[in-house]
Amino acid sequence: MQQIKVLTANVDKPNSASIETYLQGGGYETLKKALGMTPDQIIEEVKNSELRGRGGAGFPTGMKWGFVPKDGKMPVYLLCNADEAEPGTFKDRVIIERDPHLLIEGIIISAYAIRSCPMAYIYIRGEFWYGAQVLLKALAEAREKGFLGKNILGSGFDFDITVHRGGGAYICGEETGLIESVEGKRGQPRVKPPFPAIVGVFGGPTVVNNVETIACVPLIIKHGAEWFKNFGIPKNTGPKLYCISGQIQKPGVYEFPMDINLKELIYEHAGGLFEGRKLKAVIPGGASAPMLTPDEIDIPLTFDALMKAGSMLGSAAIIVIDDSTCIVEAVWRLSKFFAHESCGQCTPCREGTNWLETILWRLENGGGRPQDADLLLDMSDNIGGKSLCALGDAAIGPVMSSVKKFRDEFLYHVEHKSCLPGTRKYRVQELAVVH
Amino acid sequence: MAELHPDNPYAPERFPDSSKKVEFPPEVKKRFEEILTRYPTRQAALLPTLHLAQETWGWISPETVLYVSELLDQAPASVFGVVSFYNMFNQRPVGKYHLQVCTNLSCMLRNAYDIYAHLCSKLGVHPGENTPDGKFTVGEVECLGSCSTAPVVQVNNDYHEDQTIEKMDQLLATLK
Repeated sequence: MQQIKVLTANVDKPNSASIETYLQGGGYETLKKALGMTPDQIIEEVKNSELRGRGGAGFPTGMKWGFVPKDGKMPVYLLCNADEAEPGTFKDRVIIERDPHLLIEGIIISAYAIRSCPMAYIYIRGEFWYGAQVLLKALAEAREKGFLGKNILGSGFDFDITVHRGGGAYICGEETGLIESVEGKRGQPRVKPPFPAIVGVFGGPTVVNNVETIACVPLIIKHGAEWFKNFGIPKNTGPKLYCISGQIQKPGVYEFPMDINLKELIYEHAGGLFEGRKLKAVIPGGASAPMLTPDEIDIPLTFDALMKAGSMLGSAAIIVIDDSTCIVEAVWRLSKFFAHESCGQCTPCREGTNWLETILWRLENGGGRPQDADLLLDMSDNIGGKSLCALGDAAIGPVMSSVKKFRDEFLYHVEHKSCLPGTRKYRVQELAVVH
Repeated sequence: MAELHPDNPYAPERFPDSSKKVEFPPEVKKRFEEILTRYPTRQAALLPTLHLAQETWGWISPETVLYVSELLDQAPASVFGVVSFYNMFNQRPVGKYHLQVCTNLSCMLRNAYDIYAHLCSKLGVHPGENTPDGKFTVGEVECLGSCSTAPVVQVNNDYHEDQTIEKMDQLLATLK
């Protein structure tokens, strides 16, 4: 399959973040077209395109917009999720830093479609300081040209966008955590229902969409839903950005129609593994996605195919792990992440993620007990589905899959009090003082 | 995690010190007023205001918490709750250069822990400590979203990608 340049059409142009470059490529023409349509026509077009959210859950975007009440009693808010904190994900950053106007045009069209939306917030993770500066500059340019502000292009639509920097918390990528964070609180997810489409930020109905999702919207309005469906397969449509990282020759962001084969992506496009190494495991959708073994990677990278294989596409962040890595240490590192990022609200997740980390750490360092593999599974079972948001489920994804698929390696650690021969340890123990 | 250290600025008996009252300089105050216009509630301006405070003073002191809580009509406790929830807000003074090494999986697989250990031993500090001259702080962070150019080290606001021990040494030499 050939790489495509649809979402990333502008990113390699010189000075790609400037409004001049964007306008030369026909930018903001789609906005004019959209403002000539009714909001319902736009929502219908997005529904027909079968666009699914690119943030991780893969929920149909048009349907999400359709849930918002149309009575206009409360202001509706659009939140663009640019928190991008899932380990292995770096696709939104490409759009934000190198084609911010595509995102801005998408936000304006989306806000127009969901009606009564006075303001959108781009929730960008605090660490993306450079990206925030690019967005601020782009927003100022767009305001100057009349694409934002009062009475946009004479349509009577008043709308503006604010860049809201996060504070470095993974949980704020969860939609209700993000809403709390925009309101100036600790980013602890809310009880659902009510769903954000009914009661979200500042008490108003709220739509939360990922950067890549919103970037697809201008393309759908410009070329039509049928064109969009030409990419990928039914129910899994559109161009998609895949992030590939880890022990691979050519890591990076690759754009393909949404049914590229994982094996082909690794070996033909990303250059394969390092000299003399063998594949051990692949994480197909960010840290929370269950791992795949080498004989499971002949699979199209779609939401449905990966779900069927017991994993998930998530944010399409592929992390490649080769045979020089100890699987226990890799999983320990992911568990450490989840333990650190658990917001502390629900007991199973707050306590459980720490226990997972502790047990994996003792296994890795020769203190494992024979029952540990089963203990990990048992604990995972007591975390999954028992917390308000999906962080608990995310935390057990890598643990359960690795214990099931690499059980021998876990048992080897217990028996020999060391890693498999030929694997290296990345974290030296003396550094564990701040743990 | 902020442990109770004798130097902890948030130790109960020190909170807050009225002789160290802080206030935004006029030009920062103007930016703050501008932030307020972007949100329907005052509370929502909390994160941007804390970013502003950290830009101004380098960290969020107990006095800053009190000041920000007055600016936004919030209880000091709820402001502190937010400060301690988010990683990026420093609860103690950090060095002029805050070196944060990403050690999450993609970076770890490309030897980020070697760089982390090297920085600690070269600068002679434990993770999270400042060098005695106040120039450097070394810390470990979770995924910075730069996995294709791993390992990545964040120095204050800037990302330094595709790092090696040699490149890190060269970079340190340029940080005066």
